[in-house]
Amino acid sequence: MAKREAPEVNAGSMADIAFLLLIFFLVTTTIGVDQGINRLLPRYEENPPPPPINERNILRVLVNKDNQLLVNEQVMELKDLRVAAIEFLENNGTGQCAYCQGKGNPKSSDSPDDAVISLMNDGQTTYETYIAVQNELVAAYYFLRDRECKKRYGVTFREMEYVYNDPASKAREGLIDDLKPKVEKIQQLFPMRLSEAEPKKNF
Amino acid sequence: MSKFKKKKSGGTPGISTASLPDIVFMLLFFFMTATTMKDSDLKIENTLPKANQTAKLHKKQYVMYIYAGKPSERYRASLGASDRIQLSDKISTVNDIRNFVISERASRNSEDEKYLTASLKIDKNVKMGLVQDIKQELRKVDQLKVNYTTSQGSVVE
Repeated sequence: MAKREAPEVNAGSMADIAFLLLIFFLVTTTIGVDQGINRLLPRYEENPPPPPINERNILRVLVNKDNQLLVNEQVMELKDLRVAAIEFLENNGTGQCAYCQGKGNPKSSDSPDDAVISLMNDGQTTYETYIAVQNELVAAYYFLRDRECKKRYGVTFREMEYVYNDPASKAREGLIDDLKPKVEKIQQLFPMRLSEAEPKKNF
Repeated sequence: MSKFKKKKSGGTPGISTASLPDIVFMLLFFFMTATTMKDSDLKIENTLPKANQTAKLHKKQYVMYIYAGKPSERYRASLGASDRIQLSDKISTVNDIRNFVISERASRNSEDEKYLTASLKIDKNVKMGLVQDIKQELRKVDQLKVNYTTSQGSVVE
């Protein structure tokens, strides 16, 4: 018997398979995006004038070379820092802050506008601890801002701020102008007054 | 009349290559979307600390990277074991940051300049003394937007 001719492979569905794979990969891959804590550094001044702030309006956070925390002269664990900071910020000692839910302790901060958190590191503190402390303090501010923003505008402050700061938002007409007053309002309600003192040099 | 076709001369018939472009394009698109360019070869250890109150960095064109950490094993003999700074692909000192920031700014158009953020990729074991020096330099050149780049995770163990 004569050999049969080899049939040609039907390649018509190859494109379908290719697109299927393409779509699969498009959906499943996540592109690695860098994340981090955004901060705005203060402007450099040769001799910064000491701000006239009442002692009760300052929450002093000290981190020593062994990465231990001292908050207002008391040793504290890192996990308690966030709650302590929130309590301090919205303490509302003068009773004029309508949106605060603090205890109104007269020995603590007057209002969120006056409250300052002062962070001081040792030169030998590790970066990991520094970031952990920063993270907790930023979390405290964002907790309060998110709560207020959610109440007023129905979105968290974090989402709103991201869109506001995204250079891509310029493309959408009126979006930035719409968000600007809202973002500034929330920032004004809970201003982030987080000052960092120069660490003592001991290398 | 013959019932059987006469066998053609020559070997096997060629496989159709009509779909080859599809496959190539698919691969192309996949790699285009999935890759993130690694623009510098790190000479230092760079394990980022963990944090969870993070925000995403915007597009790469608005970011400059400053690395710091101990020199990695391979370079320890030549660079020593103390914390060093790396700017793009060379080990630098704190004093080089000024020029680095200025040249980074110059390489962008003026429209993007105000969005320019310094991403600090600092190893978690670096001492704060060095970090403070970096920040001081950045403040002196008015590069005030910084991002402490971290990996995702809870800080409270």
